[in-house]
Amino acid sequence: MEIKVLKPILGANDQRAQENRSLLEKNNIVAINFTASPGAGKTSLLMATIKALRDEFRIGVVEGDVSSAIDAETVAKEGIPVVQINTGGACHLDATMISNALGSLPTQDLDVLFIENVGNLICPASFALGEHRKVLVASVPEGHDKPHKYPMMFSDSDAVVLNKIDLKPYIDFDEQKFTAAVEGLREGALIFPVSCKTGEGIDSWVSWLREQIRGEQGS
Amino acid sequence: MHELAVTEEILSLVLSEANKNSATKVKHVKLVIGEMTGIVNESVSFYFNEISKGTIAEGATLSFKRIPAAGRCRDCGYQFEVKDFVWACPHCESLNINITAGKELYLESLGVI
Repeated sequence: MEIKVLKPILGANDQRAQENRSLLEKNNIVAINFTASPGAGKTSLLMATIKALRDEFRIGVVEGDVSSAIDAETVAKEGIPVVQINTGGACHLDATMISNALGSLPTQDLDVLFIENVGNLICPASFALGEHRKVLVASVPEGHDKPHKYPMMFSDSDAVVLNKIDLKPYIDFDEQKFTAAVEGLREGALIFPVSCKTGEGIDSWVSWLREQIRGEQGS
Repeated sequence: MHELAVTEEILSLVLSEANKNSATKVKHVKLVIGEMTGIVNESVSFYFNEISKGTIAEGATLSFKRIPAAGRCRDCGYQFEVKDFVWACPHCESLNINITAGKELYLESLGVI
């Protein structure tokens, strides 16, 4: 007997992501999912963003890594509630991991949840977490060809932060090509060139993020 | 790269659909996979053989329908299949493309007894 199914393979994850979203919204928390390749500067951006927004919003963090608690320790030093998820080999966070992490965070006392996904530009694209926005952190040393190499991730991201622009004088990075590729893959894509090292560009990234958070909280 | 996690979800969906239909054995599984997902057929088959052992899906044959990436040019409206992962319109060379196919990941059907 042939059974027609026609159901998404990751439907169960999508369902759990929806439950996370409901729990977040019940507590009026806006969640941002940060993706990037390893070393692009997700944690540096997170730290700069926390510094800029911590007086306005109560922030919580979920750190996803294959192994180690290095990132969580960096965040915890700032007195920010943080949960470290070690995936033990898995190359992405999934909705169940976020659901468990939410159980260990003071959700009633948070306005914003930053989720730092596992450094990887392929797998996290397929796994919804329940986030309100997806932000991809790219960096100058990775090269301007990355959008066309990882089109799924770039086409699914609400904003792209281009980090390490202070290194532009030393690297053959064609920003025009990068911008054209990102905007090509996603209509109306936003790109924020920043340097977490010098602080350049952080203000405009933070103002956009603030608007997104306020917009979601007001809705 | 994430085939194990995806295959675990496939197996769980297969078993749940087979149970709903009171099946005693799953003979084959038809999957539809978009080229953009990065899923490798052979890895899925390999993991499926391993993790389905001891279930009614043990020994089932997996078949894969691959959906090529496709796009529609936002500048000239041309619709096309993305060849060799070149993300530009073959008609006007614009990079402004709306992706219309290639992200699929679903279970089409099951053959059971």
